[in-house]
Amino acid sequence: MSISDRVIAIIAEQAVLEPSDVTPESTLEDLGIDSLGLVECIFAIEEEFDISIPFNANEPEASDFDISNVAAIISGIEKLVAEKV
Amino acid sequence: MKRVVITGAGTINALGHSVPDTLEAMREGRCGISELEFRDVERLAIKIGGQVRGFEAEGRFNRQQMSLYDRFTQFTLTAAKEAIDQAGLTFHGDLAARSGVVLGTAGGGVSTWDDNYRSVYEDGKNRVHPFVVPKLMNNAAASHVSMEHNLKGPSFTVSTACASSNHAMALAFQMVRSGAAPVMITGGSESMLCFGGVKAWEGLRVMSKDACRPFSANRNGMVQGEGAGVFVFEEYEHARARGAEILCEVAGFAMTSDASDIVMPSKQGAARAMAGALKDAGLNASDVGYINAHGTGTAANDKTECAAVADVFGPHADELMISSTKSMHGHLIGGTGAVELLACIMALRDGIIAPTIGYEEPDPECALDVVPNEAREAKVDVALSNAFAFGGLNAVLALKRI
Repeated sequence: MSISDRVIAIIAEQAVLEPSDVTPESTLEDLGIDSLGLVECIFAIEEEFDISIPFNANEPEASDFDISNVAAIISGIEKLVAEKV
Repeated sequence: MKRVVITGAGTINALGHSVPDTLEAMREGRCGISELEFRDVERLAIKIGGQVRGFEAEGRFNRQQMSLYDRFTQFTLTAAKEAIDQAGLTFHGDLAARSGVVLGTAGGGVSTWDDNYRSVYEDGKNRVHPFVVPKLMNNAAASHVSMEHNLKGPSFTVSTACASSNHAMALAFQMVRSGAAPVMITGGSESMLCFGGVKAWEGLRVMSKDACRPFSANRNGMVQGEGAGVFVFEEYEHARARGAEILCEVAGFAMTSDASDIVMPSKQGAARAMAGALKDAGLNASDVGYINAHGTGTAANDKTECAAVADVFGPHADELMISSTKSMHGHLIGGTGAVELLACIMALRDGIIAPTIGYEEPDPECALDVVPNEAREAKVDVALSNAFAFGGLNAVLALKRI
């Protein structure tokens, strides 16, 4: 599975949706994921890829990690995974 | 001052997953203590406990709830539902705004601490689930009960080791009696039956390896249990006005502190608490027909407790019955007073006295009627429920038949 598919699978599970319902343009709000759900998503993604995501729940917008939509999250994860190697 | 009655009761413990099942087990003198089952149990010296069996949390709670509910919260929510269903109350408007939740627990989310310490220390992981803190905090159970049932008044958790539930129920009683709250949900829960939880208790060397035999000369220590007991404390006129079934009246309470030793109990502290509860309830010692003992099955507790009863009750100590149901469900630590209150309700409402099982040999230092091994029928008008905690913190409730 590609990074994109794996991230979408995690987000879909959190949102209790089918992966096909999660599109790159979807925002977390569209998917019904609240702040607690977001923190759980971040945790699950970190576990999946063994990376550390620079995300601060106090100020999500000020974090270096863009969570504005699914595509932004995927590209952020791809960058972190690439940096890891 | 208002009168306070109990209009709902709920429980889950080693004897049953509901109040009727638990009371049936107490009537039959059944033992809920058995071989413990959990990870690494083979590394423990103590391998028995009053463990809750067949509790399928996954079927009761959804995935999101499971990620937030430690086992002690799961037990609490299960017991709270039974109690509130029995009371037939739904909380909205002014009733919701003024009613709250006061619960006791000694350890809170012990297995959440245990699992996550194991993960970071033993397994070397460097990341824990984001909900570890809201899951393990001692007030998690009280908060989830308030959220689940829309209780918006005073809610908090009391932690006084083995007296936690009695202190919690005493505070809930005070709130209803003073008129501050029309209804309070109260009781307590504990879930320490995991490797770290039992290992810590092992260290004290007061645990029995085979059975809990309170007051019996051959007793050799306490046995841990787990579970929850939750009650609906309601202002008497409020309950009557809506035609609620009343289980019994909470008539008074007292709390005392030994101010002497962190683990050894004091006869004076226990005696002052029992005498104080009677005085608060406006009752005479001779009114008491039954005492649910703290009765841990340790050498220290049982003889101190019996001596305190003899001091408070004088010749009447030989007339009353005193039993320890810990012999059946084990010691639920912070939840124990709540589950034991059920034995008081059974005595007052049903006229059945729960036995002290495992009783094999009389002990001259515990020469009271401890209702050995078999339940007994008797009409009881007033009952006391004792809890004496490590740290010398004592809380006794006085209950009346209605």
